[in-house]
Amino acid sequence: MKPLRNLMDKLEPNFQEGGKWHKYWPLYDGFATFLFTPGHATGKGAHIRDSIDLKRTMAMVILAMVPAMLIGMYNVGFQHFRALGEEAAFMDTFLYGALKVLPLIIVSYGVGLGVEFLFCIIKGHQINEGFLVSGMLIPLVCPPDLPLWMLAVAVIFAVVIGKEVFGGTGMNVLNVALTARAFLFFAYPADISGDKVWISGNLVAAGENANVVDGYTGETALAQFAKVGGEVSHLGGVAYDGISDFLMAGFIGLVPGSVGETSALGILLGALILIATGIGSWRIMLSVVAGGLAMGYLLNGVAGMFPDNPYLAIPPFYHLIFGGFAFGAVFMATDPVTASQTPTGKYIYGFLIGVLAVIIRVLNPAYPEGMMLAILFMNVMAPLIDHYVIQSNIKRRLKRTKALAHA
Amino acid sequence: MGNTINIRKGLDIRLVGEADKVIVQGQMPEIVAIKPTDFVGTRPKALVNVGDEVLAGTPVLMDKHNPAYQVVSPVSGEVVELVRGAKRKLLAIKILADKETRYLDAPVVDWKAASQEELCSFLGDRGAWAFIRTKPYDAVAFPDIKPKAVFVSAFDTAPLAADVEFLMQGKEKDFALGLEVLAKVSGAKVHLNLHDKLNTNKVFTEAQGVEKHVFSGKHPASSVSVQAHHIDPINRGEFIWYVHPVDVALIGKLCTTGQFDATRLVAVAGPKVKKGKYIRTVLGAQLKHIATDDNLEDSTFGNRYISGNVLTGDKEGPEGYLGMFHHQVTVLAEGKHKEFLGWAAPGLNKFSVSRTFFSWLMPGKKYALTTNKNGEERAFVVTGEYDKVFPMDIYPVQLLKAIHTGDIELQEQLGIYEVSPEDFALCEFVCTSKIESQQMVRQAHEVLYGELVQSMKEPVH
Repeated sequence: MKPLRNLMDKLEPNFQEGGKWHKYWPLYDGFATFLFTPGHATGKGAHIRDSIDLKRTMAMVILAMVPAMLIGMYNVGFQHFRALGEEAAFMDTFLYGALKVLPLIIVSYGVGLGVEFLFCIIKGHQINEGFLVSGMLIPLVCPPDLPLWMLAVAVIFAVVIGKEVFGGTGMNVLNVALTARAFLFFAYPADISGDKVWISGNLVAAGENANVVDGYTGETALAQFAKVGGEVSHLGGVAYDGISDFLMAGFIGLVPGSVGETSALGILLGALILIATGIGSWRIMLSVVAGGLAMGYLLNGVAGMFPDNPYLAIPPFYHLIFGGFAFGAVFMATDPVTASQTPTGKYIYGFLIGVLAVIIRVLNPAYPEGMMLAILFMNVMAPLIDHYVIQSNIKRRLKRTKALAHA
Repeated sequence: MGNTINIRKGLDIRLVGEADKVIVQGQMPEIVAIKPTDFVGTRPKALVNVGDEVLAGTPVLMDKHNPAYQVVSPVSGEVVELVRGAKRKLLAIKILADKETRYLDAPVVDWKAASQEELCSFLGDRGAWAFIRTKPYDAVAFPDIKPKAVFVSAFDTAPLAADVEFLMQGKEKDFALGLEVLAKVSGAKVHLNLHDKLNTNKVFTEAQGVEKHVFSGKHPASSVSVQAHHIDPINRGEFIWYVHPVDVALIGKLCTTGQFDATRLVAVAGPKVKKGKYIRTVLGAQLKHIATDDNLEDSTFGNRYISGNVLTGDKEGPEGYLGMFHHQVTVLAEGKHKEFLGWAAPGLNKFSVSRTFFSWLMPGKKYALTTNKNGEERAFVVTGEYDKVFPMDIYPVQLLKAIHTGDIELQEQLGIYEVSPEDFALCEFVCTSKIESQQMVRQAHEVLYGELVQSMKEPVH
């Protein structure tokens, strides 16, 4: 790597103070520190530092998303061929999906990082690594056929309005990836909801002429729950032999849905990586699951009173397997910038996300999925939760002083 | 003796280069320096001029904010330089040391018979008071502000720290007497805090006239702020005093013999030290006389000499001087190397609290860390990191944010009086975003200390 290092060292003066490209220092610095760890030594303060930095942290999160992404790619191909009633070999299936998903990832990163660099050059800041994760999250929560220009618009909106106006990485109130998702949902509802969008093959555009197998619908499991409750016998082009077959398909991730959200297995692997490395908050993940299950059981309890809504009666653990619940719990709710910051607050924050997600899913007839709105809502509430947690610490201290004054 | 207080949150950073328990007689340094910068919040005034002859024990420095104490020369010799920095700020008083130290011959007060005031002024004039510091602020104590307690921590859990019991060899009697003197000048209870594994010596375990507490667990168990937090937390308007055991013995010796004994054992340690050991030297000695060249390995980008430990010590060159409150010198390599795609490396050789490097599979391994920052400063992103190494019922991040916004009332509510910059050293170490928090706490304390100094000057109505 010596020649590369020499090249970088030769270029560096041009970008430094007084150099002809000084304005583009953030650009150079971003690439230089990507290639080589910076050779900065400690000045004030502790003389030694932990080996971790934001680049390593973000790299770990991306690594954790890889299993869900790979299974998601396979599933895109799988759903496509099933819809057309065709058989395809394993590699063909995977390649079809990969070729659908990669453009989404490339556009998301290209557009998002472009906007970030632009802001960094204008403000003279260094590049923060935050978007490396957001850029991967966004394609994973989109349907596979989403037009690339829509994705680009959503990414620009999320980075500019969701993050940069607040001051950039670390300052945003709402999760950036979910801001992009919410923007798509409200701006282009036809392309991101309904029955047809989850299957790759331009079924929406083809409408009735779509060349699918007879009686085919591309409904997600959640849409089925709203209609028939937990007794789902078929999804997409797949008919199931009983409920355990259906559950297994959901767990592995071979059901219609957004690219990365379908595989509970892949997400579970990701969760293990995040918890093992200490990057993701197990407190949040655990409490989201607890909140979802608690609300699920509660709704089971009242299901008898409302026979019109079969969604009430589904076994609560279905919520964890199907839809975006698991993906949200592991990758979205745990975003440290937009979550509660105090350990106690994290429990409350996570639990309420789980509760709200299930409430929105089950009690809102128009919208079978609730994870996105639940997390965004709790993002807004997180500072309030922290405020009360910290107030209790302040009160403890105050009480001590008062006890002293009376003694 | 109460129950053991277990410090579970914290971190023992495993570095190579521990000091073996071998004492080597160091050579008498040619130049010895007193650094006013060792004293927090001081407004220093030199009491000597270049060319003056001094004895060990001659006052050389005073603090205009706290005139109750003077700093005295650790050696006899001639003042050769008053080093000044920006705005003529006094940085160091350099003294050319004699080969044989001659001690100031002045009357000794009978500390038992003397009144509290007489004893305070004796310690203040003769240089021993400078070792009694307060929390909050870590400044030298005001004799007029009586503390609610005095804390002596009989151990040090910092990385590669000198073994306090080893430092105390031969000082047992002076230490016992020093404790009595402290109890008298403070008029308060003296807490002697022990560690369940590090303290076995009778000088500590059987000390008289003190309240003993046993701590166990990780660094920062030896931090006086942490100890006070668990024993008797500092509220607004309250003060505690704290003294290092070696300095307790110094106080004891001064009260019996009248000698200001500035000789001390110093641990030489660190990854770049060939053979870690203890050197007998004197306060303010030049670091190159303690960490001598023949005992150091070379490194590509040079070595860093630290007076103190790697978390809180002062960066000094080989020409720098041993600080007033330091009992160790640490030498490690400057880390200016750049690593290709370092963020993606497996990292078997990289120490981290997180388990993002495979080094976590080797829990006992010791590391030769360098001064590399291992990353660039970033916006604050990762939460929950500081809490794992901050063993107090305080929210460190929220406190730092209150400091950042200059909201003093909120700082008070969040516990600014209970912490010291050194308590944030581990936060600084583990921080993913490489945020320098010790400096922030120091600046917040300077503002508050300034208010205290101001109030001391105003006449009482």
